[in-house]
Amino acid sequence: MLMHLPVLVVLAPLLAAPIVALTRGATWPWLLSTLVSWFALLCAVLLLVQVQAQGVIIYTMGGWEAPWGIEYRIDFANALLLVLITGLASIVMPYARLSVEQEVGAERSPMFYAALLLLSLGLCGMTATGDAFNVFVFLEISSLATYTLIAMGRDRRALTASFSYLVMGTIGGTFYLIGIGLLYVMTGTLNMADLAERLPAISDSSTVRTGFAFLVTGICLKLALFPLHLWLPNAYTYAPSAVTALVAATSTKVAIYILIRFVFTIFGPEFSFGVEPLAEVLIPLAVIGLLSASTVSIGQPNIKRMLAYSSVAQIGYIVLGIAMGTAMGLTAALLHMFNHGLMKGALFMALGAVMYRLGGTHLSDMQGLAKTMPLTFWAFVIGGLSLIGVPLTVGFVSKWHLILAAVELGWWPIVIAILVGSMLAVVYVGRVVEAGFFGEAKDPTRREAPASLLIPVWILILANVYFGIDTRLTVDIAEAAAAQLMAGGVVQ
Amino acid sequence: MTANTALILTLLTPLLGSVLIGLTGRWPNLRETITMVTAVSLFALVIRVLIGLNAGEEIGIELFTVMAGVGIAFNTEPLSILFAMIASGLWVVTSVYAFGYMRGTNEKNQTRFYVCFAIALFGAMGVAFSANLLTLFIFYEVLTISTYPLVTHKGDAKAKAGGRTYLGILMTTSIVFLLPAIIWVYAAAGTLDFMPGGILEGNLAAGSATLLLMLFLFGVAKAAVMPVHRWLPAAMVAPTPVSALLHAVAVVKAGVFTLTKVVIYTFGTDYLAQVPFQEIAVYLAGFTVVAASCIALRQTNIKRLLAYSTIGQLSYIVMAAMVLAPLSEIGAALHIAAHAFGKITLFFTAGAIYVASKKTEITQLNGIGWRMPFTMTAFAVGALSMIGVPPTAGFVSKWFFIAGAMQADNYFVLAVLIVSTALNAAYFLPIIYKAFFKAEDVTLKDHKEAPVTMVAALCLTATLTLLFFFLNGPVLELESQIVGGMR
Repeated sequence: MLMHLPVLVVLAPLLAAPIVALTRGATWPWLLSTLVSWFALLCAVLLLVQVQAQGVIIYTMGGWEAPWGIEYRIDFANALLLVLITGLASIVMPYARLSVEQEVGAERSPMFYAALLLLSLGLCGMTATGDAFNVFVFLEISSLATYTLIAMGRDRRALTASFSYLVMGTIGGTFYLIGIGLLYVMTGTLNMADLAERLPAISDSSTVRTGFAFLVTGICLKLALFPLHLWLPNAYTYAPSAVTALVAATSTKVAIYILIRFVFTIFGPEFSFGVEPLAEVLIPLAVIGLLSASTVSIGQPNIKRMLAYSSVAQIGYIVLGIAMGTAMGLTAALLHMFNHGLMKGALFMALGAVMYRLGGTHLSDMQGLAKTMPLTFWAFVIGGLSLIGVPLTVGFVSKWHLILAAVELGWWPIVIAILVGSMLAVVYVGRVVEAGFFGEAKDPTRREAPASLLIPVWILILANVYFGIDTRLTVDIAEAAAAQLMAGGVVQ
Repeated sequence: MTANTALILTLLTPLLGSVLIGLTGRWPNLRETITMVTAVSLFALVIRVLIGLNAGEEIGIELFTVMAGVGIAFNTEPLSILFAMIASGLWVVTSVYAFGYMRGTNEKNQTRFYVCFAIALFGAMGVAFSANLLTLFIFYEVLTISTYPLVTHKGDAKAKAGGRTYLGILMTTSIVFLLPAIIWVYAAAGTLDFMPGGILEGNLAAGSATLLLMLFLFGVAKAAVMPVHRWLPAAMVAPTPVSALLHAVAVVKAGVFTLTKVVIYTFGTDYLAQVPFQEIAVYLAGFTVVAASCIALRQTNIKRLLAYSTIGQLSYIVMAAMVLAPLSEIGAALHIAAHAFGKITLFFTAGAIYVASKKTEITQLNGIGWRMPFTMTAFAVGALSMIGVPPTAGFVSKWFFIAGAMQADNYFVLAVLIVSTALNAAYFLPIIYKAFFKAEDVTLKDHKEAPVTMVAALCLTATLTLLFFFLNGPVLELESQIVGGMR
């Protein structure tokens, strides 16, 4: 069974999803999808161990060799990401039971959990596959699932949020498809390894360059790089809490991973940064994005929306790391990809607990939270500190590496931009903390959220602290992954 | 118990203490017993480490490796043991005082107060014993964050505004200046360990080191060199035991300790002497000394006056450290102790006056010396120590400042010391005069001394201030080691 791990991560939820959709009530779909998610996590962890032990794993679908069949290729970068996706799904699933019962309703539960499984399998598929067209297929699976899930939000505005995401997401997907179409015309293959092998010979053709432009733009739309982020704030704000937590922690990360895959593995750093002006385009956008989105989040009355804008800013940091084009920058980007998943997952889930008890996530709802819901509040505080990048949290580790990468290049203005971004985070997190700490609760009789919401939140919070102190696992893997990616092409 | 075990326990004890205090919040007597037991055992543990250090035991622990060549690691040397002794020793005294103060003023959320206090001590111990800049930075931030709920303890609009300035300045400077400075050191030297003689020699061009020095100087805002001093007066909204914690026990001392440590063990005095324009640091600190004293002269609120006095005194230490002469480095270390004793006495008296009479302004102090003789005598001792008059602690360190300035032929420093001494006398002596020689205003209400635990605590610190003048030998001998003996 161990040799089938790469496909099991995807296959298990794929088989479970229709069954979940056919069950009745609220408990069965929940239980089934939780178990499947845990199984997927187990597979992902085993995969990571395998990669650490024996290097890149190649899995041929149905035994068909690469040019004819689809192959899955697992190296450090996507093994780490698979653990993040399945890990987050495994934590969000148990959390979802109460939250979804209240926000979505028991009668729609089977559909909801089926869509949630499809979302996580789509993300896993995009991550695991070594085939560019297969990425598109899974991209559409995960996107369609996300549109459905967002539309299930309690607020009616969830419908328009979902629709505008659908329009933007489809444009992104189409750009991606056009991009790989152009590459297919030129190389006659969709396998990433073959693409990487054949592209250098024809890299000066304008078709390849156009394909590159389409791909990068399409992916940047999916990963919500400023100014292509407009779909994100509404989608995050109006989606059900459990969905926001999972989507914010993983979806954009997978799109970032695809960008890394194309820029480093398929086109190679020399083409992306040498021939194409990728750094010149991405760096200004990333910097403007991280500064402007952080500034905008300060003024948001709805905390969920505030965190959504903060996500746009954090994506700026990650893209900045990628755009540096150095091993150090890439390490920082990969680290922050993982770490930001941990913090945003924790923060959105903490907000979900507030939503569950108080029915809203506005700043006014947060008043006096330290007294009424202390455990939720302190979880939010620690998550917020991680977002700022305070030592002993994962946020510090990623920020450290990002600044180190910028110092190494001598890019002092970038260092300043990163630091200013952190300061803005102090302001927008501080606002909430101050309200929770000093404010008077509207209804002091409200009690702490139930344990089934709190335990998942605190697991993530503790992960934030644990990986902030013991960085061996994350930093080593990120460094190894960056080294593999920087080598360009596909590591055998 | 080996010294290494004791070193780890100095970190775990306050942390465990904070948990126990939190759990026993419902029973105030038990809670305060635990606070006391924690404080005393911490002090005992620090003494155990000191004995180990003097006996030449190998002391050093690495807990985790965070980055290649950098981990969460602890060790000790003369400077750090001094800071740890002061912080843990004065925590015992401050706790005794706080019991009286917090009950005397019926403060709310007392459990939160004691919990945060213990965590702040955890931060201070971490800063003291950190073996590299990363560990130091982490605990520096722990100290900042854990003291925020203490500063904003009252929870009203004024406390919130003060807390915002406090957290805003300390956080901003540490993230915007200190963190990049540390990362820069790491990028240049490949290590962050504190080593005798520094780690930058040969790794960083002296020209760039000027900027690095400035990043450290303003990044460590806890040392309150102007213009990053604003948080100190803002933090005066806190209850008095907290002000004592900030000014004497942990926070500002962590700032000057960090700067001294960076000068001696990161830059190295020899390397720093070659850095162009490094004198700027001396001038900035000298300016802060004089400017803070001038501002203190115009204050009417006792605690605000003391806050500006602290800013001036801290810059003494920074200035002495930056003079780079061996004697002035020793003076800097000694003044960390001397100022702690004197300033904690002054804050204790200010709190005692407030609890006994609700007075906060200098103009209200006429004749108060006869109602509160112990308190005001202690105040006089503390004030004389600030001025640097024998037989008080302040004289000892000032002696070394002057000797160091002579050693380096630095007449600017000498002039600053003279002017500042005069200014200190000008704002402290009138208070003593008012308290003892002016007639009391008749309209004011009758009152006596403050609660006995408070008076006991402030008498003890006043005695320490005097004793330090006579019995500074062991400290002097210990601190001489930081510059390889007195030259």
